[in-house]
Amino acid sequence: MRTVEQTTQEVLDLAARHFQVAQGSLAPDDDFFKKLGINSLQALELLSRLENHFGIELPDYEVQGVSDFRTLASRIQSRL
Amino acid sequence: MLDLSKYQSIGAALKDAVEVFAGEVCLIEADRERENHRLTYRQFRDQAMPVAKALQDKGFAANGRAAIIMTNQSKWLIAAYAIFYSGGVLVPLDYKLTADEQWQLLKHSNASVLITEYPIWRQLSGAPGRAEATALQTVFVTEAPPNADLAGALRWEAIDSAGDSVTHSVTHSVTHSVNSAAPEFRVRTRKDTATIVYSSGTGGRPKGCMMTHENYLEQCVALTSLYPFAPGMRYLSILPTNHAIDFMVGFFGPFICGAAVVHLRTLRPEYVREAFPKYKITYVSLVPLVLKNLQKGLQARFDALGPGKRKIFNALVAINKMLTKSRPRLGLSRRLLKQVHEAFGGELRAIIVGGAFTEPQTLQFFCDLGIPVANGYGLTEAGTAITVNDLKPFRADTVGKPLPGMEVRILNPDAQGIGEVSVRSKTVMSGYLNEPELTAEAIVDGWLMTGDLGRFDATGHLQLFGRKKNMIVTEEGKNIYPEDVESVFESLPVKEFCVFAANYIWPARTMVGEQLILVLHLEPGQTLTNELLQEITARNNRLLNYKRIRGLVLVDEDFPRTASMKIKRNALAERLSKLDRSRAIVEV
Repeated sequence: MRTVEQTTQEVLDLAARHFQVAQGSLAPDDDFFKKLGINSLQALELLSRLENHFGIELPDYEVQGVSDFRTLASRIQSRL
Repeated sequence: MLDLSKYQSIGAALKDAVEVFAGEVCLIEADRERENHRLTYRQFRDQAMPVAKALQDKGFAANGRAAIIMTNQSKWLIAAYAIFYSGGVLVPLDYKLTADEQWQLLKHSNASVLITEYPIWRQLSGAPGRAEATALQTVFVTEAPPNADLAGALRWEAIDSAGDSVTHSVTHSVTHSVNSAAPEFRVRTRKDTATIVYSSGTGGRPKGCMMTHENYLEQCVALTSLYPFAPGMRYLSILPTNHAIDFMVGFFGPFICGAAVVHLRTLRPEYVREAFPKYKITYVSLVPLVLKNLQKGLQARFDALGPGKRKIFNALVAINKMLTKSRPRLGLSRRLLKQVHEAFGGELRAIIVGGAFTEPQTLQFFCDLGIPVANGYGLTEAGTAITVNDLKPFRADTVGKPLPGMEVRILNPDAQGIGEVSVRSKTVMSGYLNEPELTAEAIVDGWLMTGDLGRFDATGHLQLFGRKKNMIVTEEGKNIYPEDVESVFESLPVKEFCVFAANYIWPARTMVGEQLILVLHLEPGQTLTNELLQEITARNNRLLNYKRIRGLVLVDEDFPRTASMKIKRNALAERLSKLDRSRAIVEV
């Protein structure tokens, strides 16, 4: 079982790969809309990647209003 | 299609529709690759009647107000049917708002009933605003886990076929309804309020548009005359159903024509794409952002074609463009560009796009492929759409012609014929709830002042050129008013501040790239330190992404104020307009 810290790191790494930014350039409290300059649809694409990676289903309502990596990781953690 | 001229209310028309089209498929609900259920109109009615009964047993009276906060799903429409059947006023609220914002609107609307989903209720019930929504008596919650604490709400799934409801809260006693008779159908007239739809005001003065039954009946006739529904057709409901467009073309319109509505419980792009061929979609409504995303996906596929195939494809597109120049010819386009149309299911008649301005090149892209895009222009206050492109011929540079029954005029046109668009029609709201002053500003001598700038071209098509009003509309179709985001900056350690739409200060003849800016007047000797910037950023981040300010403007003069110390926004905007826009705005 992953720790929440591990989950957070995996979320950051995957987001960096998906949006092609330098590994390590993202931080848990970053606002991913702002930091990555993405829109709501691109955020949904990231969620699909995360679901595949973690092997979970994350309903849309669980991530409604979430805009930072740390909260996103905690929502994922609760479904692992 | 039912003859809506014979009807007085949404409820009466829907009541007949479920009888007339009883055996037709009415709703399909899917979640990812799974289909949750499929209902005929008869089954829809059978599910809605107990809900109407439960509402009435809870004391929901004619003209009572009931709010719905749900994602797009079957129960949204079932709940709405039950509310209209009971003679109620529907208050459709945006599920994407924060709990505080939702409570604010629940309080403002005076709703006595709320129907919502468990994840939303989980957020709402723990938020402090609940204590202020004193009119709220009954809450029905859908899809709650078996042992969930419903915090005083009633479980939707516990409404049995007789309409009895049972509380499952650990803190409330079990209540059984005693009246098992059928629910009463309550007659409404055309001039009665049917809905209260909030067009803005979650942080300032809520603007609850009171829409009458006549508004919807007339708008439905106008829209279906251009884009008709019929049994067997399927509408894909993606825009939130509280949005005026989806309410009309994803509920009322298809229902009175016996068509089906398809709901997806997830809006991940890959599942949305799959839904088109899977459910043979006829119509879909999208906001510009989603349409552009579709364009991007298609373009990537075209770019991946080898040189030979690409050449053939380009030739077919050119032939299609030539043959569909004066009007869409769907059959022809589907044969010429078979693979493209098959990706959309092969039955798509039109993509309806609205909620915000769509860039002409995106519209043209789809038109060239023989996929008609019905772009238009409207606002909640006008009853959804004012103009729609009739596609005869398609004009990507305009928002179409006024719908039947719409009188549209341009006020105080300048030398180029550009002025404020105003509208008079039976679809215009009766006013803003509890806001006679705002209503009087918005509707003058029967004409709705839109605050948008436009002109008619020689063929009667409306072109838009920006806004006169202090607001922005995002590509996701969200209307943001500066007053609504100011509260987050309250008590900021500066002398004074004010939020504006940048284009309001520096009028730009464009409908894209709008942004909100925070105007700051610092205390004497104060500077814009990193600490202050961090404070502004932290507060800005409390706002939903699309509501955030994108820039700062520093001024060193006191804001002009009224005798009661309110900021004179117009005077301040005029003063700011003297600054050079590109140099004045500091990006945040």
